[in-house]
Amino acid sequence: MTTKLFGEPVQRREDARLVTGQGRYLDDLGPGALAAAFVRSPHAHARIRDIDVSAALDVEGLVAVYTWEDLPGALAEPLPLLIPHPALTHGRTAYPLAKDIVRHVGEPVVMVVAEDRYLAEDACALIEVEYEFLKPVVGVEEAAQGVHLVHEDVPGNVGAHMVQEVPSRDGRSAAEAIDAAPHLLEFRLDIERSACMPLEGKGVYARWDADDGSLRVYSSTQTSTSVRMAVAAKLGLPLPKVEVIAPDVGGGFGVKIVHPWPEEILVPWAARTLGREVKWTEDRREHFVSSAHERAQVQHVRVGFDDDGRVLGLDVTILHDHGAYTPYGIIVPIITSTQLLGPYKIGAYRVEFSSIYTNTVQVTPYRGAGRPQAVFCMERTLDRVAAYLGKDRTEVRAANFIRPDEFPYDQGLIFQDGRPLIYDSGNYPESLRMLKELIGWDSFPDMKARAAAEGRRIGIGVGCYVEGTGVGPYEGGHVQITSDGRVHVSTGLTSQGQGHETVFAQIAATELGVPIERVSVVTGDTRRFGYAVGTFASRAAVMSGNAIALACRKVREKALRIAADALEADPRDLEITDGIVHVAGTPSASIPLATVAVLSNPLRYAFDEEAKRATQFSGAASMDRPPVDEGEEPGLEGRDYYSPIRSTFASGMHAAIVETDPETAEIRILRYAVVHDCGKLINPMIVEGQIHGGVAQGVGGALYEKMVYDEHGQLLNASFMDFLMPYATEVPRIETAHLETPSPLNPLGIKGAGEAGVIPVSAVIASAVEDAEGITVDRMPISPSDLHTLRLRLAQ
Amino acid sequence: MSEGTARHVVTLVVNGVVREAAVPARRLLSDFLRHDLGLTGTHVGCEHGVCGACTVLLDGEPVRSCLTFAVTVDGHEVTTVEGLAEDGEPSPVQRGFTECHGLQCGFCTPGFLCTATAFLRDNPAPTDEEVLEAVAGNLCRCTGYQNILKAVHRAAEIQAETRGRPEPHGYGTLGGLADRGGRA
Amino acid sequence: MKPPPFEYHAPVSVDEALAALAETGTHGKVLAGGQSLIPLLNMRLAAPSHLVDINRVGELDTIAAGPDGVRVGALARHAAVERSAEAAAALPLLRQALALVAHPVIRNRGTVVGSLVHADPSAEMPAVLALLGGSVRLARLGGEREVAAADFFTGPMESAAEPGELAVSAFFPAPPPRSGTAFHEVARRHGDYAVAGMAALVTLDEDLRIAAARVACVSVGPGPVVIDLSDACGRRPAASVAWDAVAAAVRDRIDPEGDIHATAVYRRHLTGVLAVRALKEAAGNAGTEAAHE
Ligand SMILES: Cc1cc2nc3c(=O)[nH]c(=O)nc-3n(C[C@H](O)[C@H](O)[C@H](O)COP(=O)(O)OP(=O)(O)OC[C@H]3O[C@@H](n4cnc5c(N)ncnc54)[C@H](O)[C@@H]3O)c2cc1C
Ligand code: FES
Ligand code: FES
Repeated sequence: MTTKLFGEPVQRREDARLVTGQGRYLDDLGPGALAAAFVRSPHAHARIRDIDVSAALDVEGLVAVYTWEDLPGALAEPLPLLIPHPALTHGRTAYPLAKDIVRHVGEPVVMVVAEDRYLAEDACALIEVEYEFLKPVVGVEEAAQGVHLVHEDVPGNVGAHMVQEVPSRDGRSAAEAIDAAPHLLEFRLDIERSACMPLEGKGVYARWDADDGSLRVYSSTQTSTSVRMAVAAKLGLPLPKVEVIAPDVGGGFGVKIVHPWPEEILVPWAARTLGREVKWTEDRREHFVSSAHERAQVQHVRVGFDDDGRVLGLDVTILHDHGAYTPYGIIVPIITSTQLLGPYKIGAYRVEFSSIYTNTVQVTPYRGAGRPQAVFCMERTLDRVAAYLGKDRTEVRAANFIRPDEFPYDQGLIFQDGRPLIYDSGNYPESLRMLKELIGWDSFPDMKARAAAEGRRIGIGVGCYVEGTGVGPYEGGHVQITSDGRVHVSTGLTSQGQGHETVFAQIAATELGVPIERVSVVTGDTRRFGYAVGTFASRAAVMSGNAIALACRKVREKALRIAADALEADPRDLEITDGIVHVAGTPSASIPLATVAVLSNPLRYAFDEEAKRATQFSGAASMDRPPVDEGEEPGLEGRDYYSPIRSTFASGMHAAIVETDPETAEIRILRYAVVHDCGKLINPMIVEGQIHGGVAQGVGGALYEKMVYDEHGQLLNASFMDFLMPYATEVPRIETAHLETPSPLNPLGIKGAGEAGVIPVSAVIASAVEDAEGITVDRMPISPSDLHTLRLRLAQ
Repeated sequence: MSEGTARHVVTLVVNGVVREAAVPARRLLSDFLRHDLGLTGTHVGCEHGVCGACTVLLDGEPVRSCLTFAVTVDGHEVTTVEGLAEDGEPSPVQRGFTECHGLQCGFCTPGFLCTATAFLRDNPAPTDEEVLEAVAGNLCRCTGYQNILKAVHRAAEIQAETRGRPEPHGYGTLGGLADRGGRA
Repeated sequence: MKPPPFEYHAPVSVDEALAALAETGTHGKVLAGGQSLIPLLNMRLAAPSHLVDINRVGELDTIAAGPDGVRVGALARHAAVERSAEAAAALPLLRQALALVAHPVIRNRGTVVGSLVHADPSAEMPAVLALLGGSVRLARLGGEREVAAADFFTGPMESAAEPGELAVSAFFPAPPPRSGTAFHEVARRHGDYAVAGMAALVTLDEDLRIAAARVACVSVGPGPVVIDLSDACGRRPAASVAWDAVAAAVRDRIDPEGDIHATAVYRRHLTGVLAVRALKEAAGNAGTEAAHE
């Protein structure tokens, strides 16, 4: 069947416009709009004494200047705390414009609107804010001592504290299991800050229609439906009077799921207040200091294990640096604590985290969202166990794997969606076998010996993960076939380059039996679909993909029913091929879907030749039933939702071979291998692309990227010159292999793929560097300078 | 603030068409193309020269449009991503990127396409090393680069298959315009 | 990140440029390739009220290579100098170093002379000029002076070029016969400014022993740090030099600082490693050179 496209490497339909410069990103819209810019705090912690805007008022082209005092009603309140949690006893969020106190460098203080961005920045430069300095709290351990406070009313700087504990099958606590175990290790691990850093920053563009009392907002967001609700609430507008559209988005990786950003409500408010179009396009420096970061954690591990390396008890205490505010709740440390277990069954497990405020940029999910830290912890632990026992690192992993016959497997914890952490399916031993074969694990010792003979140092590393993907609560899909035979698909969640237009079209074309060229897909436009959650947690394909498939099935069923009437056939004998419904085996008895669409909508007025067939005197209708039968709706369209009982669990294993220069301590990745299992593949080309991109970000996190704050809370590397995202020259070629264990939880059998690539990379590289050097790596990222320091320490 | 706000008439030949606008001297070429001429295909990712998203061809050579003032290049020829297609057909580089899944969000893509176009013009049959060096000054946060490298090689193949077709635009300055100087 | 406003001057001759610079004095700044100046303007870390754009001054777009060296005009872009076969023949070090300056696309705009005036202690071209003992020609309305490299780099991001002066060219002298050069560096990412870098020049005597050896170090001082290592190399053939002692001599002579990319200890160590690598390669090149005589 030509329309069977599920599972094929179909080329992307997005590309035609994106390679010709015809994409429409946020800053491409609204050519005549006024420009907003912000005066942001240059201090990490200070009280605002006075704001003097007088000098700015002379700037030609200045339109408006706003401070917190100008904000009316709900706008003057703190931004919402999006994900409340009982353990988040001291959740705090910022005001859209700072009120009294600033808590990190970059916090917005004054909003300026001018004829263009150049002039707006001129005005910003002339606004004088007088500050009284407060003691900056920097560094999670220092903050945890609670000597100085980020928020006066948050004692000890502790925003949240949470403990989860799973006893062993024989009822022992983690502490008991560890103490009773034959071997015990105890150590500390550090992961530094990084950030999503999409190449396009955030941005908002708003148009107020005074005649209609309505607002249209464009935002470079990962969730337009939710931004819409936030804007309506903050501006006191009825929901139907607000529409939010995510245009082409230049990457998100998590930072654009947070909402509403101050600018997302201030810009629409200014547009309404001024009666003019207003746009704000975040520049790179703003993105560094006023969006979000992630990763930073300090972990203390106690592990007890037996002679085979089986973990009998594991106790992890995590200090999580949350930055100045917690708008996204404690999702990141919750994910770290729950996904830490990976593909393993651990005797008894206890995890405790404290989420600590510091005077730095807030921490919200970045691709992987707490998992890279979790996997770093678990995999470093298993490497230590292997080293202690003198065993092969893969053997120790295999000894701890959940077996294929043990699914569904209940880890006994509560996951980020508030539901039990039950793995749906997987085959970890097979994954490991494939990985070892792909990288040549067993022959590596020979390779290493040969390299050593030439004076070269190489090492191999491995890392495994399980990723809960496709979290709820739901997504929806709407599918409409119009009388020209075209198929219009829409879903509420947004796209940031994942190829959703292509993937969802593949699903619709396959389900409906139509040529893909006839399918069009719209995402992230509340005018087309108002109910959605958003694009995060590798959920788009699982959630919207399944919702669209279900909606297509509804439409297909209806189409077959109408066609059966017209063809006087049994619907069960009908098939759809290339957009034509026909009786199986009798191709001549057929009717195009276009005509079915016409018949689905009983008409009074004919507007073209086709439409005549559906008018009242055409003789097509049965006289025994009303034109629109009970329980029916006019039109060939359907809407459905997919709401899973719980997350589906993808998994994977990576291995790398690195070379370290004995003199310069430079670290080079010679090979990088990935075995990946995300259930059924809708489009293998796109899944591979997601893996490549994830691994590249992982390499960044392992070897190059970190946010460096000084003791004053100044971010020292807020530019692409010094925050070192890898170029093509820094990313190794990635070798991939796929395993497909379908998810039993959803109709398509798929699992999420968006974040996987990034998750184990730091663990893998640490493992490989350790193997090459014979030193212990307990902190990532690692630079040549860091490696040199470790070597000196070892030599002492 | 009167000083420094004088407008300068800047005339460029953009994608083969003479375009003109009066702008302050500080207008970056990237903003001039995007906001004064409405050619929004050129993207801005950092405005300090590192990411390469804003790369355009100036008299045929790739340059950072965020590190160039429009007045400086008054009278010169600029090719942007909108001008890469040949007779309405995607160019070999555009085809290579599409066929090899060389883009995801597409934000970095115009810079890569312009860079690769000039590179393959000068070096139609490059080695792996040369391709790597050619694109190594552009950041992409989505693709991990593997498919971009593949795409450039594929573009070289396509270019070889279709060679013999005339260049879409002659490169080089239009002498008359170049002499005009940048003064308003 | 938009530049602040400035008055724009677009001279088409050196005379016009000098007149504009004289007129604007301390308020004026030269705009060459803009690859260092415009990022500073975009971040509003610099706000000159006048910019004198020399991009139309065709007479500055020159590369003159001869047996005694290469003179590079103020409008010669990195890429043009890198591509120049004559310049490479006269002075292979230019091409060796330029390949490490940023990325090809930056080199299409950035100028060699601009790089010298900008005087970034992590930049390659100042080290090359310092190693070879070259000079920069500075012109002002009614006068001209030639400043030796040793006097030109006065501090981090500071050069001898004064307000009102235009650097019109730089001269890179060719080393004596039987010489070889090399440039080695370690950057965090390919194309980044170097964490540490090394330009090396070795001259052999007739018996192919090292007669003179000199390095210029990058990123380990306020400007390029030139160190004469002739004694440390001890007039021996490269194969029998005590290279560890050479590395130690280099490490002794520098005073690097730590920053977010590297500790001072690592920089010092690395500089020693790179000195040896660069000197060995330079000696090898000198040997090849000598064989061609
Ligand atoms: C992403 C990126 C990476 C880079 N990496 C490197 C690198 O690895 N190594 C490196 O060396 N450089 C690097 N650079 C800088 C680049 O080499 C610049 O081109 C160079 O430093 C300055 O040359 P320019 O012609 O662009 O000067 P401009 O930016 O135009 O000017 C720089 C300064 O010099 C002054 N000036 C310039 N020319 C003259 C003149 N003729 N007379 C008087 N004053 C003058 C200007 O007033 C200004 O103060 C990088 C730049 C970028 C954007
Ligand atoms: S926007 Fe010009 S290089 Fe990034
Ligand atoms: S495709 Fe998104 S940055 Fe390159």
